[in-house]
Amino acid sequence: MTLKSLDDLRRLREEVQKEIETRQGAEVQIIVGMGTCGIAAGAREVMTAILEELARRNIKATVLQTGCIGMCEKEPLVDVVRPGEKRITYGHVTPRDVPRIIGEHVVNGRIVEDLVVGRAN
Amino acid sequence: MEELALHILDLVQNALAAGATEVVIEIKEDTAGDRLVITITDNGCGMDQEFVRRVLDPFTTTRTTRRVGLGLSLLAMAARQAGGDLQVASEKGKGTTVTATFRLQHWDRPPLGDVPATLVTVLAGAPKLDLTYRHTVDGRTFTFRAWEVQRELGGVPINDPKVLTFLKRYLEEELTSLHGGGGDDAEKLR
Repeated sequence: MTLKSLDDLRRLREEVQKEIETRQGAEVQIIVGMGTCGIAAGAREVMTAILEELARRNIKATVLQTGCIGMCEKEPLVDVVRPGEKRITYGHVTPRDVPRIIGEHVVNGRIVEDLVVGRAN
Repeated sequence: MEELALHILDLVQNALAAGATEVVIEIKEDTAGDRLVITITDNGCGMDQEFVRRVLDPFTTTRTTRRVGLGLSLLAMAARQAGGDLQVASEKGKGTTVTATFRLQHWDRPPLGDVPATLVTVLAGAPKLDLTYRHTVDGRTFTFRAWEVQRELGGVPINDPKVLTFLKRYLEEELTSLHGGGGDDAEKLR
């Protein structure tokens, strides 16, 4: 890495370190399907959009990946699990849907009904 | 898949499923020799020779839920359609190396695509992975080693969204300058 990038990285480390120290309680989990089917349907762009939205709005959530779960025709699939609530699966997710899923569901707990393709009990 | 970077992401997911802790992605572009070579090496569980022989058959998979595995065969097809080929070398217990070659200027060669997004997505899912990315364009090389960043970050995980967003911008800048710094138009022609 160039010196300038290293400086920027160190500054970012301090910032994120402070945020981690003040964080409390269980975090929301966001899980993106990243099997061959998910990747071919656009899951990488959805993942990138999720990371950018979380970084931009300073929202703490755990982003995970999973392989093919057998609903290939509904990929890209994104699961949101809020602590103590049931898992909601969104299907055919595009980067344009990401601000809604994060703003409505991850932050405020309101499920984005028109994108739901599954609910686990 | 429309980008070679998506195939790379798919193959690294295979490596992770094989338990790899180290992955090396190497891209070599050689304009004079009209060749593009992508090599992905991992230290996962590897495959026995019998499995390697069958591995490009789409009806070969380690999956137990169904009987089709498309990832490698899709990349093999893309390589052959662009005047190249795909080779798999593997040893049980040691790891696997996949090498895909293309004619660089071939009409049907898919574009390289968004490599930074692929690398960041890999690290989002595997923050502890010892990932090396080496990209050579006509003798000029850029190398990214995840451990250098992981070491610098100390206790801060590399898959924090702010860190990954920063890394994506950094990689985008480095790759643009590797390709001659021509901005968006030059990138599209790749």
